[in-house]
Amino acid sequence: MQTSIAEKTDGMPRLGWPAPVFEAETTHGKLRLEDFKGSWLVLFSHPADFTPVCTTEFVAFAKLAPEFKKRGVELMGLSIDSNFSHIAWMRNIEEKFGLKVPFPVIADLNKDVATLYGMIMPGESKTETSRCVFVIDPQGILRAMIYYPLTTGRNMDEILRLIDALQTTDKHGVATPANWRPGEKVIVPPPKTTEDAEARMKAGYECKDWYFCLKSL
Amino acid sequence: MPCIDPDGKLTASAEQMLRAMEQPVTLEELAERTGLALYRVRSGVREIVAAGLAEENELRFVLNEKGRQALVAKS
Repeated sequence: MQTSIAEKTDGMPRLGWPAPVFEAETTHGKLRLEDFKGSWLVLFSHPADFTPVCTTEFVAFAKLAPEFKKRGVELMGLSIDSNFSHIAWMRNIEEKFGLKVPFPVIADLNKDVATLYGMIMPGESKTETSRCVFVIDPQGILRAMIYYPLTTGRNMDEILRLIDALQTTDKHGVATPANWRPGEKVIVPPPKTTEDAEARMKAGYECKDWYFCLKSL
Repeated sequence: MPCIDPDGKLTASAEQMLRAMEQPVTLEELAERTGLALYRVRSGVREIVAAGLAEENELRFVLNEKGRQALVAKS
């Protein structure tokens, strides 16, 4: 008997694999994952509409939406709430905080997408999604995941930094060090042979040792 | 269906897309002309075609007679 990917991974998505496909009702109509092909997508879940931490997160995402747009990134939220609840909450955020939420939010009442992406942590809550972030690249590959608990609001600057790092990696074939910010030096991928290691030391990079070389872009 | 509102009229985004489909256009051209995000154009056009308001020919989309009538009814 063939084992499905979901069985092999306990229903959790895996980095480097195609992101699980879905079609879902959203505040922008019925959307499919494939509708985002060609763009980066940040798919994120929140526990519930009309709750304070989630409201701060939506305000933060709405404020940073133009920065995501500049990088060719679409945003899409999700919670186990109805479209009516989402619409009322979006209107409330606009009224109380003066910010229009420009991105769609999935109304995942039947938990289809939440289950597909492993967004429900039963140890925290069986009826709410935790604060998950999935970064999906223009080819539909899952490139990064972040999971935060119900109590703790996410840092949207970090998500933006993550996008910058992934896009830099794709463009230049490099890795990025801890706390890297655009404009800072990047890591040259370590050599894989002794010959490469020797050559690396003479290549003009800023090397601490053969395995640790930095360069400017 | 989001391209048609509950009283049977075109939604604002559907109207915007249909008006830009007088001549056959690709989804990318439509996104550029309307200023709508490509994901919205893809889903919107899918529903417009399903509602029988436009047709596809070799990845280009153009409104048909029913689409024209819907635009007239809207104005």
